[in-house]
Formats: sequence, C-alpha cells, structure tokens
Amino acid sequence: MARYFTDEHEWIDVDGDTATVGITDYAQGQLGDIVFVELPSAGTSLSKGGDAAVVESVKAASDVYAPIDGEVTEGNAALEDDPALVNTAPEGDGWFFKMTIGDASQLDGLMDEAAYKSFCDSL
Amino acid sequence: MLSEDIEIEEPETGTLPLDAWHRDKGARMVEFAGYWMPIQYEGIVAEHEWTRSNAGLFDVSHMGQLLLSGPDLDAAVEAVLPIDLSTLKLGQQRYSLLLDEDGGVLDDLMVSRWPECLYLVVNGATKWDDIGHLREYLPDEITLNHLDEQALLALQGPKAADALARHATGEYPLSALTFMKFGRFTIAGHEVTIARAGYTGEDGFEISLPGHATEEIADVLCREPEVKPIGLGARDSLRLEAGLPLYGHDLSPETSPIEAGLVFGINKRRRSPVEQGGGGYPGATRINREIVEGTLRKWVGLKVEGRMPAREGAEVFAGGEQVGVVTSGGFSPTLGAPIAMAYVASAHAATGTALEIEVRSKRLAATVVPTPFVPHRYYRGK
Repeated sequence: MARYFTDEHEWIDVDGDTATVGITDYAQGQLGDIVFVELPSAGTSLSKGGDAAVVESVKAASDVYAPIDGEVTEGNAALEDDPALVNTAPEGDGWFFKMTIGDASQLDGLMDEAAYKSFCDSL
Repeated sequence: MLSEDIEIEEPETGTLPLDAWHRDKGARMVEFAGYWMPIQYEGIVAEHEWTRSNAGLFDVSHMGQLLLSGPDLDAAVEAVLPIDLSTLKLGQQRYSLLLDEDGGVLDDLMVSRWPECLYLVVNGATKWDDIGHLREYLPDEITLNHLDEQALLALQGPKAADALARHATGEYPLSALTFMKFGRFTIAGHEVTIARAGYTGEDGFEISLPGHATEEIADVLCREPEVKPIGLGARDSLRLEAGLPLYGHDLSPETSPIEAGLVFGINKRRRSPVEQGGGGYPGATRINREIVEGTLRKWVGLKVEGRMPAREGAEVFAGGEQVGVVTSGGFSPTLGAPIAMAYVASAHAATGTALEIEVRSKRLAATVVPTPFVPHRYYRGK
C-alpha cells in the first residue's frame, strides 16, 4: 500500500482501486483542537483540488481538498462521535473518507513521505 | 512614475515586552492588532479548561493604557463618554463606550479614577484611533498620556486570587478588592496597579506594570502551581462563553450599544433629557431615544444544535426570512456544544425563540438563550 501527500497537507493511502484520505499530523497540529468534521456523503464526485470536506477547530473552519479525482465510497462515521480522533490519530483512525481512483496518473504528481517531510521542514 | 509603482510600506508588526518569553514557552505567535501575540501554547481547549478551573495568565499588553489629567477633567470627559463621573470614586473602575455622533460604537473601554486623573484601558486594535478621537474631542488643557511603557497582564480564574495574593503586597490585602475595584500594589519589588476585572467571566485581575518588569513578574506568577500562560485563542472562547462583546466583531460603528444590550454602559444620569442634566455626549439623541423606544434588532445568545459551529457572518433565519447575522460564534469547550452571538430582529429575540443558522448551505437549528452561556463568577465580596 502506497501513501502519498499533497501540499495542502492531505494524505492518501492507495490500496488497489480505492484510496483512503485524511489530513496529516502536521495539519492537525496547525489546526489545534478539532471539534467537528463535515464529510462528503457516499456517491459524491470529487475533482482533484476541489472541496471535499471541512474541518472545524475551536478557532476556525478549514477546507480539505480532494487529492485526486474520484467518487466517495464511505465517510468515517467515527468522526461524528469523536472528531478529536483527527488530533489523536490523524494518519490512522482519524481518516476522513474513502474514494475510488478516477485517474491513477494523478498520483504521480503527489509527494511521498520523505518529500512531504522536507516540504513541512521548509514551511 | 505611475501610481502603481509606488511601494506602500507595510507597517511593521510590533513586539511586546513578553515576546521572547512567549516564544520560549512554546507559544504559537500570530499578528494581532499590530503586534506579535501568542495564540496558543499547549492547545486552546486545554488552556480554556485550565483557566475555568485554575488560573490563566494572559498577556494583553497590546491594549492601550491612557492617562487623562487637567482642569475640569470630569466635565471634559463626560462630553466624550456617557459615563457619570460624579459616582466614580477613587479606587473604582467602570465600563464605558466611545461613541460617534450617530451613536455607533468606536470602542468599549474601562475608566478608573486615579488620584488627580482618569486612567483608561482601550482595545489594542483601536487605540491609535481612540487617541485621535479623544484628542479631537477633549479641550487642549486636558493632557493625554499614552502609557506605552506599561505592560498589561490579566490573571483569570477561580484560583487567581490565591496565586496573586502570595505576591501582591500593598496598604491593604488583595482580598479588599472586589469586582471593578483597583489599587496600588507591589509585586517582586515593582509598583503595579491591580484591578479586579477581566474578560473571561471568571474572578480575576488585570495588572498594569512597567514594561521592563514584565518578564520577571510573569515568571513569578507562572511559578505558582495554579498558573499557566494562556493564549488569545482561549481568551476568545472564554469571553464568548461569558457573553461579552468583542470590539470589531460584536461592536462597531454600525451597532448601537443599546442594540448590544450595553445600556449599563450609559450611566443613569446621562440617560435623562439635556434639560435634566442628561445627554451631552456624542450620539446621545439616538441612544436616549433607543433606551425609551427600544431597537429594531438585539444582540442575543444562540445555542446551536449538533456539533457544527456557526461563525461570524453566518446568516440567521426564521423560516424563509433572514432575521439576523452571527457576530461571534464557535465551539464552547465548557458546554461541549456550539454557541453563537448574533444580532436578530427584535421580534425574534425572545428567549426560547427557535431560529436557523445557515452554514455552508445547511440550516442548523438554534435557540435564543440567555447570556452568559457560562455563569460569571466575579468576586463581589462576602
């Protein structure tokens, strides 16, 4: 399973023809305490770079973008009851949604873990 | 040279006396009101909860501290502020408002009577405009000193009094101060002025101190087990739970203090007609009319269903009709639910009224509730 990162601080795990999307540990650290996550419903068409979800911290609302084209297959129901999972397990149980992979070539433009780490270090 | 080619120099962001101290403590710094300020240290919710159950130290040195003195000072100040200075005794502090000719709010502020002078604390983002306004409206004989060498710390929370009393010495014990009283004290050998007031709804103090002593005094206080430094993020969530208005959001030149429920900021004598000794301050005609006749809209508290917060700018609906707009909103750590403050049409402002708030094309159910959302715990004496 390969994991990719965007410069908007989303991560995407690719497993066959589906992918799981969340926000990175760096992103949750910048946002602070997460109190609400608005997820796309199953069947929503996403386009790379377009709005996919909204994450609300105590302070402000922030958009989460789709890392690639595709269709939402499932939102993470656990975030409804416990949005703080995004803080405690951002790159694990705090995932946002699963989606189909509309165009696998779009993955080529994303960063791998090492590239993302040096990207964050440069911020 | 084309006008586009002229480079406009951005005003530089200022640093306050505790800047290095905040960074050393791991604060995330943001630009606010022209200064670098700490938004949070360990996290807004943790800092919020710490303040509600212990004591939080806030750096509010960006605020303006002004000293007014001169002949016929009270009359001169009453021509600018709707305050009744005949009832403000030495050692007392009072909330007041800076108003424009139309009764719009230019700032909200604290006024204290010091010996031979009046001491004002004004908002950081408005202090330069306030100084200009005061200078314009006050006679030349009145001296206005901007105490820009003074810093301001707020110690807030149920354990603030215990922690501060171990260090503040004066002619009388700190416990002699009740809400909205102030006095001169010494902390770690430095002369300070302490007012029992603040902006969190908790018992607490605002300490005006020499800028050069700020680090030393902040260290002395933070060595107490009850005290942690708290950032602007929690300051905002605390004041929202306390139902207190924030200038530039809940108050502006577009709002009248009567709409905002701040009638207590217009002292009683100033509300009567001019011939009976009232009025006589900018905007008095409108404000005195609104006190009698009421206003078309009111500032209310809203409890929001679910977990999605409604923030500033969100529109408030009664059925298909837009009846208001949110001026402050967020997630209340104490209540574990979203809360908001909004101006709504007076017909929809009664407690218990069911309304809806539109957030990202969704309608959230909301109910008008009394404020504060979390009860105030000011110390008014035993």
